[in-house]
Amino acid sequence: MATSPAKPDQPAITPELIAKHGLSPEEYEKVLAILGREPSFEELGVFSVMWSEHCSYKNSRPELRKFPTTGPSVLVKAGEENAGVIDIGDGWAVAFKIESHNHPSAVEPFQGAATGVGGIIRDIFTMGARPVFLMDSLRFGSIEGETEQAKTNRRLFAGVVAGIAHYGNCIGLPTIAGEVYFDDSYNGNPLVNAFCLGILRHEQIARGAAKGVGNPVFYVGAETGRDGLAGAAFASRELTEESKADRPAVQVGDPFREKLLLEACLELLATDAVAGIQDMGAAGLTCSTCETASRGGTGVEIDIQLVPQRAKGQTPYEVLLSESQERMLVIVNKGQESQVTEIFEKWDLPYAEIGVVTDDGMMRVRNGDDVVVEIPARSLADDGPVYYREAAPFTPPAPLDLSSVPYVDPVEVLPRLLAHPSIASKRWVWRQYDHMVRTGTAVLPGSDAAVFIVREANKILAAATDCNAVYCRLDPKQGARIAVAEAARNLACSGAVPIGVTDNLNFGNPHKPENFYQLRAAVEGISEGCIAFNVPVTGGNVSLYNESPAGAIDPTPTISMVGIIDEASHITTQAFKKSGDLIFLLGEIGNELGASHYMLAIHGRKEGAPPALDFDKEIALHQTLLGVIRKGLVQSAHDCAEGGLAVALAESCFGNGLGATADLCTVDQRPDLTLFNETQGRILITVKPSDAAVLEAELAKTSVPFRQIGTVTDNPDLQIATGASAYNWPVAELSGVFEQAIPSLMEG
Amino acid sequence: MPKVTTVIRCAVIQFPGSNCDTDCQAALNSFPGVQAEIVWHKETSLAGYDLIVLPGGFSYGDYLRCGSIARFSPIMGAVRLAASTGVLVLGICNGFQILCEAGLLPGTLMRNRGLLFRCEHQHLSVEYTGTPFTSGLNKGQVLDIPIAHGEGSYFADKATLRELNANNQVLLRYADADGVTSDEANPNGSLENIAGICSHGRNVFGLMPHPERVCDALLGGTDGRAIFQSILDSISKTSAARV
Repeated sequence: MATSPAKPDQPAITPELIAKHGLSPEEYEKVLAILGREPSFEELGVFSVMWSEHCSYKNSRPELRKFPTTGPSVLVKAGEENAGVIDIGDGWAVAFKIESHNHPSAVEPFQGAATGVGGIIRDIFTMGARPVFLMDSLRFGSIEGETEQAKTNRRLFAGVVAGIAHYGNCIGLPTIAGEVYFDDSYNGNPLVNAFCLGILRHEQIARGAAKGVGNPVFYVGAETGRDGLAGAAFASRELTEESKADRPAVQVGDPFREKLLLEACLELLATDAVAGIQDMGAAGLTCSTCETASRGGTGVEIDIQLVPQRAKGQTPYEVLLSESQERMLVIVNKGQESQVTEIFEKWDLPYAEIGVVTDDGMMRVRNGDDVVVEIPARSLADDGPVYYREAAPFTPPAPLDLSSVPYVDPVEVLPRLLAHPSIASKRWVWRQYDHMVRTGTAVLPGSDAAVFIVREANKILAAATDCNAVYCRLDPKQGARIAVAEAARNLACSGAVPIGVTDNLNFGNPHKPENFYQLRAAVEGISEGCIAFNVPVTGGNVSLYNESPAGAIDPTPTISMVGIIDEASHITTQAFKKSGDLIFLLGEIGNELGASHYMLAIHGRKEGAPPALDFDKEIALHQTLLGVIRKGLVQSAHDCAEGGLAVALAESCFGNGLGATADLCTVDQRPDLTLFNETQGRILITVKPSDAAVLEAELAKTSVPFRQIGTVTDNPDLQIATGASAYNWPVAELSGVFEQAIPSLMEG
Repeated sequence: MPKVTTVIRCAVIQFPGSNCDTDCQAALNSFPGVQAEIVWHKETSLAGYDLIVLPGGFSYGDYLRCGSIARFSPIMGAVRLAASTGVLVLGICNGFQILCEAGLLPGTLMRNRGLLFRCEHQHLSVEYTGTPFTSGLNKGQVLDIPIAHGEGSYFADKATLRELNANNQVLLRYADADGVTSDEANPNGSLENIAGICSHGRNVFGLMPHPERVCDALLGGTDGRAIFQSILDSISKTSAARV
C-alpha cells in the first residue's frame, strides 16, 4: 500500500490516534480502501468529522428513509440541501429547519445556545431565503429546590435563554414560539433545538453545489480561529465528567457578523453571480468543500494559506476542522468576481478567493505547494459507513392502576399543576426574546401556536413545536404519533392548515439496543403522523449520544410544524374573549391518566400507558374546527394537553381577566380523573351566544363529539363541577402561580 | 392658500446591525403621501429629506457601548447638519442610544435594572405636546407601545435632569395603564421613568419604545401611528407655511 503524503512534523497514524478520532477499526479499513493508502493526519481528521453521526447520520439514515418527504408542494426535499423548501403559493416558498446544539450548551450554555441559533439561521439564508422568525425547543433537569443539581440546571436554563436572546435579538429575528420542559432525565444533558423559517421566491432557491469547472471558490465571513475544533465529533459522543475539558470544542458566536453576512449573501444571491453557496457549519471548511463538490459532481481544490485566519501559526489540520462561526463558501461564476467582492466590501466582510472548482471529483486541500488532503469528494460525503443497529424488543408499559393512585383534592392540584415549571407561563423566557421585530407577529408567544404575517409575501404563517417526552419514554412510537397530532392540533387552534414538518430527534447512545428501539419507534410514529396529516418532513436533525453518567435522556423527538392561514380574520387565539360566550368541548371528557403530568407532578410517578390516539378522529376534529373558524363562529380555541381540561380552562381564563363556569357532568368517574386526564383529540372553543345555534348545527353535521360545557363569566372565578363535586378557584390566584412560578425560581 | 400635495421624504438610516430599518420604512410608507427610503450609513448627504429616522437594532453589534461606534459612521455628519438646520430627527431604541452617544441628545442609556433584555407591551404617559413629535397627542394621554431592549435605563446628571424638566424636554414616561408613572411601571430603572426626550430645539426626539411596531391593528395595536401622524402633520404644516 502506498504511503501517505505525511510530513515529518505530523503524528504517526497509530491505532490510538484513529480511536481518538472516533473511527472504528472497520471504518478505518474503509478509509484505507477509499484512499488506497494510509491517510495523512489532516485526512484522518476530515474522515473523523465527516463520518461522525452529526454529519453522516450513519446510525440513523436507514431509519430516516421511512419519513414521507415528497408531495406536490415540496420544492427542495429533505436531505438534498441545507433545508427543505415548500411552496406556499403565488410564487412564494418557505425554507425551514430545526437543529440541535445540545452538547455545546451542556458545557457552555450561553455560547452553545447562541451558536445553535446562528447555525440554523445560516442554513436558511444559504437557501436564498430571508429568515423571518425563530422558535426553540428546550429541555432541562428540574430547576426546583436547592440541590447542586437544581442550581446547575437553573444556571444552564438562564444561560441558554440568554444565549438565544443574545443571538436572535441582535441579528433582528423574532423568537415567536417554543416549548420548555423540565425533567431530571435531562440532568447534565439539556436539549437546545433551534428552528428558523425563511421566505423566498421560487426562482431564488440557491444551491450548495460547486458547479462550473474553473469557477473560483470564495471564502467570506469571520476569520478562522481555533474555536469549535472538531465540534461535530464532540457532538457525537456521550457527555462525561471530562466533557468540561472539551470547552474549546464549543464555538463562539458573533451575531453582528452574521447579520452582515446574511445581508451580504441575500444581496449577492439577488445577482446572477453565484453558482453555488454553502455555509460552514459542522465540520466547517471540510464539510462545505466536500459537500459542494459532491453535490456538483465536481471537485474542489482550496489552499489553506489563503484562508483568512484569526490566529497565527494554525496548522492545516486546525484550519480544516475549525468550526468558527459566521463563515460561508461561495462559488462564483468566473468573470463576475468583482460584482461579488464589491458586495463583501460594502458589508465590511473579510473574504478571499481560496480555490477553484475542478473536474476530477477530488476534495483537494493544499498548504501552499503541499497537498495535505486528497480524497474523492463523493466517497467522503456519500459513501460513509451506515449501521443497522440492534433494537431491543419493546415491552408496552403496564396500564395505570387507578386504585393505586391516592386521591388528592383537585382544589389543591390545579394550582400545583399550573406552578409546575413545564406547565407554568414561560413569559420569563420569551420576554427576553425580541418577539416583535420584523413587525409580523400577530399572535404573541404563549398561545397554542405563534402566527406571523409575512408582509412582503402577503402570507400568514403559523408554527408550533411539540413533544411530550414522558409519553415517548413510556411508549416512543405513541409519544411520537401524539407529538405530530398535537402540533397539528395547535396549528388548527390558530386557524392554520399544516404544510410541513421538521423534526429534531434527540436520543441516547444508539449502540444501546433500548435507545435504538426508541429512535426507530419514534421515526415510525412521526412517519405515521405525517402520512395521516399529509405533510412532508422537510428535513431536520438527529442528535444521539444524549447521555450523562446517570443514563440516557427521555427520548425527545421534537416536532416543529408550519402551517398557513388563509385570511387574517381566521387567526384564532386561546384566551377567552368576552363574558357570556359559551364554552364548547370538541372531543371527549376523557379518562386516561397514564403518563400524565398529574401523575408526574402530583404523584411523582412517570408510569402508565400514554393516551390512545386515532388519526382519523384527530383529522376530523381539526377539519371541523377549521370549518367553524372559517365561518367566523369561533372566539377562542385551545387544545387540552398537559394537565388536561382543568389546566386548559384555567389558561383560557388568563389574558383577558375573565372567569368561567363549567359543568363536566360525568358520573362514576373520580374528579381527578375527569379534570386532569390527558385523553387526546380535545379542543375548547368559545362562541358568541348569538352564534351558538349555528355552531351546534355545523358541529352536528360532523362525526366530532361535542358538548357545551360552560360559560365565560365576568366573575373572577373558575368554577368547575364534575357531577357530584364542584370546585372553585379565584382566577387571579391561579394566574399568579402560573405567572410567578418560573420567575420566583430564577430570581429567588 | 393652495392645497399642498408634496410628498414627505423620510430617510431611514441603515447602520451595519440595524434591524428595525425595514420595519420603520414599512410603518412610514403605510401613511399616504410618505416616501420612506433606506439610506446606507456610508452615505454623506441627507439633503432633501423632511424626516431622518435612526432605527432600532444592534449597530456594530453594540460593541464597546450601544451606539458608541455608529456615531462615527460617515452619515452622522449629515445627521448633525440636518439637526442643526431644524430637520426632524427621530431615534428609536438603538437610534436613541446613537443620538445620546453623538451628543445630539443629553444623557445616556444604561443596562436595564433587572439586567435582562425585556420585550413586552408598555404603557407610556404623554408628558408634553408642544413638539412636532407629540403635537397630535394629549398631555396625560396613555399610549401602549412595546419596548425591546437590554440597555434602556435612562441616566443623566442632576443638572441635566433639572434642565430637561424645566424645558419640557421629557416627552414620554413609563407608566401603568392609568398613566401613573410609578416605580412598578418602570421596566428598566430609567431615572424619573423617562422613556423619551427631545432636544432643546425640539427637532430631535429619542425614545426607547418602538412606535413602528404598533401601526397595524393586526399586530396588536395602533398607538404608534399617533406619533408618526404628529410628525407628518407637523412636516406638512411647516412645508405649507413655506409655500
